[in-house]
Amino acid sequence: MISIRHIVKQYSGYRALSDVSLEVEQGTVFGLLGPNGAGKTSLIRIINQITAPDSGEILFNGEPLSRIHTERIGYMPEERGLYKKMEIGEQIIYLARLKGLSRAEALKRSKYWFEKLEIQAWWNKSIEELSKGMQQKAQFVATVLHQPELLILDEPFSGFDPVNAELIKNEILELNRNGATIIFSTHRMDSVEELCDSIALINLSHKILDGKVKDIKNSFRSGTYRLDYEGSKASIGDDAPFAVVNDTSSESHHSLTLRTQEGKGPNDALRYMLPLVSVSRFEEIIPTMNEIFIRTVNKQA
Amino acid sequence: MNKILLIIQREYLSRVKKKSFLVLTFLVPVLFIGMFAILGYLAVKGDDLGDDKKVQVIDMSGEFAGKFVNSPTITYVYSTDNYDSAKAHFIDNGYNFLLHIPPASSGAEIELLSEKKPSATTIDAVENNLSRIAESRRLKLAGIDTAVLAQAQKRITVKAKQITAAGEKDAQTYTAYAIGFLSAFLIYMCLFIYGTQVMRGVIEEKVSRIVEVIISSVKPFQLMLGKIIGVGMVGLTQFLLWIVISVALSMVGGSMMASKMSQSGQVQQVQQSMAAAKGANNVKTPDKGMSAIMESIESIPVVYTISCFLFYFLFGYLLYSAIFAAVGSAVDNETETQQFMIPVTLPLIFTFALAQSFIINNPDSSLSVWLSMIPFTSPIAMMIRIPFGVPAWQLALSMLLLVLGFVFTTWVAARIYRVGILMYGKKASYKELARWFMYKE
Repeated sequence: MISIRHIVKQYSGYRALSDVSLEVEQGTVFGLLGPNGAGKTSLIRIINQITAPDSGEILFNGEPLSRIHTERIGYMPEERGLYKKMEIGEQIIYLARLKGLSRAEALKRSKYWFEKLEIQAWWNKSIEELSKGMQQKAQFVATVLHQPELLILDEPFSGFDPVNAELIKNEILELNRNGATIIFSTHRMDSVEELCDSIALINLSHKILDGKVKDIKNSFRSGTYRLDYEGSKASIGDDAPFAVVNDTSSESHHSLTLRTQEGKGPNDALRYMLPLVSVSRFEEIIPTMNEIFIRTVNKQA
Repeated sequence: MNKILLIIQREYLSRVKKKSFLVLTFLVPVLFIGMFAILGYLAVKGDDLGDDKKVQVIDMSGEFAGKFVNSPTITYVYSTDNYDSAKAHFIDNGYNFLLHIPPASSGAEIELLSEKKPSATTIDAVENNLSRIAESRRLKLAGIDTAVLAQAQKRITVKAKQITAAGEKDAQTYTAYAIGFLSAFLIYMCLFIYGTQVMRGVIEEKVSRIVEVIISSVKPFQLMLGKIIGVGMVGLTQFLLWIVISVALSMVGGSMMASKMSQSGQVQQVQQSMAAAKGANNVKTPDKGMSAIMESIESIPVVYTISCFLFYFLFGYLLYSAIFAAVGSAVDNETETQQFMIPVTLPLIFTFALAQSFIINNPDSSLSVWLSMIPFTSPIAMMIRIPFGVPAWQLALSMLLLVLGFVFTTWVAARIYRVGILMYGKKASYKELARWFMYKE
């Protein structure tokens, strides 16, 4: 869908992107993760052709990205904004027509979306009169009305209350099921982990990691498990198939963090523990994106 | 291209639909006409509006009694009372002033006594009366016939004529003054009004952040141009409505006034006072006066003047509004615009100040010619010069330079604009603007 090749963007004083390359597959949900100021918004603006890179190129379905593609991309910036004094219905039609829809088509589709998100009663209100949540919904409608093949959402859930965040999340996933490719950008790395098929981590203008979420997580597995048990404290000998990394105990509740030894697996660990204690919980500790990010950054440093 | 039309449409409709547009559209002509109506009314009835003053005259010299001419507001009443008793009682007797003329032989000065400070016009009126009477008396004493003298003193008026290809024609200098000043003033005012509107629009889009959504659909240049053209069309619409409403109002008002005045026989008076105001005594009879005014209006090449006006308004507006747009893109709110506004508006203010005093009196001086060539000052300077006649090559060169100036400023402004609208929360300096200008596409 989108091939980003060796993008460099230099602002006076600092470098926003240095030699970033990415592949976003058709129909996937792609997460662009990184702390604030890493270069995510710069990259997104380049994909939206709001700014141009100093060097490098972007391919949209194999063709070099150009103005004709803007109508196939939907973009919701991090800083939301609509005309304050303009009526919301007219405003959404205007924005859709700028994306190439006819007036009639824009009207039909916006009516559909307004009903779906239950904001149809606000059609003639100006943005000023709307609550923040309403404004966000309106902004979302404006982003998706022209049925973009590629949806770029910068910090999509910031500013939404939990109910509306869930609502919008489901709408986004439905659009994805219907074929839209989605790029999320966020600095809260754990928030979209569950939604994304693939991710790229960006730090200080460099891409430091990318790939499928599943693969990345697998590569960061270290055979670490958490085991909780009740009753009196068990004494674990040197013959155990694991090493205890951490041991927190209260009166009758104990929690172990353990790492299996070479050639041993979780079953071996359980088999060793079962005769000794009554196990109440056993799970693998998989690093979060945040941890993966920190580890990757530290490894590079 | 189609998208620029959409932007123009939105910019235009969103402004025309506003209440403030309607208010301004109707209020300005009403205020304008109202102002002229009041001025006209004062000219006609001004004398009646003043309070009546009664002057008691004690003439001990015997040279003035019976010769004072009453004006609509000042009545002279002669009294043979004793000066001291008159001085004590004139206010009680209903007089505002006591004019004491001592015997000529006493050498004492003539006094005007009153309770309050007399106004300058009252003093003038009394002095004029005294001087006129004294003068004619002295002339008589010297044996000069006043009728012969009046004939001899008759004022000579110059009829200004221009030599043109078509022969001589009346120069109509005063009409040229009025036309030049009015059109320059309109351009000056509108460059400010609509330029500021463009700037506000840019700031609004930047502050509300919608600009990022829009320029993911269209180029920044398209957005800027669409806004400038849309606002410019609002300006033209407003002009058109102003003209239509003013003409309609003044036709209605004019016919009402004319019928009223002819009833009361005041037409003559008005025209004489107008003629006096023009400083020309060539208007002898009311009929001739009216036709002279009509003639001078007809003498203006209407189509030529209006075309020039529209051209200079349009391109002056385009030139300045592009700069205003760049200024708007560089700031986060209107209060920050000050540092950029001063150098932008200085040429306008400077030219307008010069226009009123220098250019209008010296339309062909080299300074005037230069100012009417430089694109930043030519819209105002040239409009002042046009009613006085401008050589075709100068007009063509000035227009060409203005168009080039517009292309150049728009190019510069667009390069600053495209970067500026994405720079939030950064206070821009001139150095910063130069850097933005240098950024490549």
